[in-house]
Amino acid sequence: MRKVLIISLAILLSLSIQLKINSAEKVELMKTDWTFKGLLGKFDRASLQRGYQVYTEVCAACHSMKYISYRNLMEKGGPEFSEAQVKAIAASFDVTDGPNADGEMFSRPARLSDKFPMPYPNEKAAQAANGGAYPPDMSVLAKARKGGVDYLYSVLLGYEDPPAGVTLDEGVYYNKFMYGNKIKMPKVLEDDLIEYSDGTPVTEEQMAKDVVTFLMWSAEPHLETRHKMGFRAIIYLIILTVLVYFSMKKIWSRIESEV
Amino acid sequence: MSDHNYTPKSKFGKWFNDRLPLMSLANHLTDYPTPKNLNYWWTFGGILTFCLITQIVTGLTLAMHYIAHADMAFDSVEHIMRDVNYGWLIRYIHSNGASMFFLAVYIHIFRSLFYGSYKSPREIIWILGIIIYLLMMAAAFMGYVLPWGQMSFWGATVITNLFSAIPLVGEGIVTWLWGGYSVDNPTLTRFFTLHYLIPFLILGLVVLHIWALHVPGNNNPVGIDIKKPSKDTVPFHPYIVIKDTFALLMFMIIFAFFVFYSPNVLGHADNYIEANPLVTPAHIVPEWYLLPFYAILRSVPDKLLGVIAMLSAILILAALPWLDTSKIRSAVFRPLYRQFYWILVLDVLVLGYVGAMPAEGLYLLIARVATAYYFAHFLIILPLLGFKEKTLPLPFSISEPVLGGSSNLSMAKNEKTRE
Repeated sequence: MRKVLIISLAILLSLSIQLKINSAEKVELMKTDWTFKGLLGKFDRASLQRGYQVYTEVCAACHSMKYISYRNLMEKGGPEFSEAQVKAIAASFDVTDGPNADGEMFSRPARLSDKFPMPYPNEKAAQAANGGAYPPDMSVLAKARKGGVDYLYSVLLGYEDPPAGVTLDEGVYYNKFMYGNKIKMPKVLEDDLIEYSDGTPVTEEQMAKDVVTFLMWSAEPHLETRHKMGFRAIIYLIILTVLVYFSMKKIWSRIESEV
Repeated sequence: MSDHNYTPKSKFGKWFNDRLPLMSLANHLTDYPTPKNLNYWWTFGGILTFCLITQIVTGLTLAMHYIAHADMAFDSVEHIMRDVNYGWLIRYIHSNGASMFFLAVYIHIFRSLFYGSYKSPREIIWILGIIIYLLMMAAAFMGYVLPWGQMSFWGATVITNLFSAIPLVGEGIVTWLWGGYSVDNPTLTRFFTLHYLIPFLILGLVVLHIWALHVPGNNNPVGIDIKKPSKDTVPFHPYIVIKDTFALLMFMIIFAFFVFYSPNVLGHADNYIEANPLVTPAHIVPEWYLLPFYAILRSVPDKLLGVIAMLSAILILAALPWLDTSKIRSAVFRPLYRQFYWILVLDVLVLGYVGAMPAEGLYLLIARVATAYYFAHFLIILPLLGFKEKTLPLPFSISEPVLGGSSNLSMAKNEKTRE
């Protein structure tokens, strides 16, 4: 009987190794040192601010962030711009409001409570402008792709010339990390594309890292609170568990001594 | 519940208790004689009660902020995650709580399988448990639909489509379930209603489950009948209460780790993309706790037979008390059953693994072998084992092996050497 068990285990093991080999063709994602990982991981505040700049100056031309309001930019655990800064940022965008007393829609500068504006009036317009592909909303994008932040970072830096034998249609680009390797978004990040006000060198990698950090925050705006609370909760639980363990031993000692 | 000749001390207490014996009930629950040799596998009943209450409390809170409408459900979940005070915490507890609930229920079920807790006189407890488990799966499936992400939508489409396998009326039933010609707003609103209802049905069944348990009392690792109350039992309070609390706290540490540090690891990234009827995800995969049954479903080439196989895989458990012909409860004294038990555990894990993989090639072959073995375990191995197996001698009381050693396996070995 024991033999049967050992043999069946051996078969399963060899099968699983074979399966591993089959799936080894997957591309390894690019990694970078994210500050928000780990038990007490926090966002790099300066990186978040630069990431917002990359979003608003580069990505926002095509990608919406419909769940984010300007007020979020000054909230704790986020980019933490000052209130004056955020008010100035908001005022530089126009939003449509109304109808007013005359029944007319009108345009006014954005306020803290306004959401980020949509780059296109509707999904069809977005598709028409992008060769049929809809640039996804980026609010929760960091959670909406397998591989998360590493995947986004890799895709941003994964543009290559197509290998021999791969022909691409007009408006389609080759990306090492994209599913199916074909992407309708052109390569956008270039060294010195924008100018960081804090003097950080503007490299492709730096911009990718900053904007992906920003996207992680937008997907999980309470990440820092969560980490902090989790650390405390688990320490509390461990201490309580130890105390209850000793109480249990004490209570059960009455019985065990009787036997 | 025959063990109370309890009378409250105060005059009012006596008056009240004669009319509604609440105090007798409380007295029964605290004094309830429990085998003193219960190991930590027996703490999962308490843990499951905790899980159910957690799900109900967090679920009620979420329902105050959630909007069950196809156009607003996804947005309202993001609203909960961003703007509701500690909404992220409540939602992550609820979504990970479902996984923790299933983790605990699988341990609870496999504990029952190992120690033969489903055997006479505990068949009704077992069958109530199977009904609870079925309802849990229904509740979990419908709950996963509510955020109205891509996996919600397509999962709902795949699972409800299973009913179309029923001959003649299948298509009609699916349309009736959907409330239309595809999964849409009417489907979402009815799933929300049922998702809200089912936990309270489960709560009622849990009361019956515990009531039925309190008639014969707990099984125990040795699996023999014991006299109650006696030297072999301890009162539920404080002995079992403190032990269950300790185990629950350990469980909560694992739970907290998921909630605070990997809240999305058990979910699927696609569910953070809003439902889109025009785009089908590359792989439609159910939540991990349904994967073994999904593997069974897909291992049968015919749709109707696949659905029948999947349902039978669960319903066969209800017949288990009669399929297992052995008079001995605990696997500790059943050397052959013990090995088949571990093969079954392995088999279910393998089914879960291939359930997450595409149904093709080697995976499909493994799924078929594992499915065949699953049914063979219950329909062939268990009935035969009762007649063929040479079991080890049982002790006279549980106090006897308690002296022999602490772990069950060493108990069994002690039994052997003593002969």
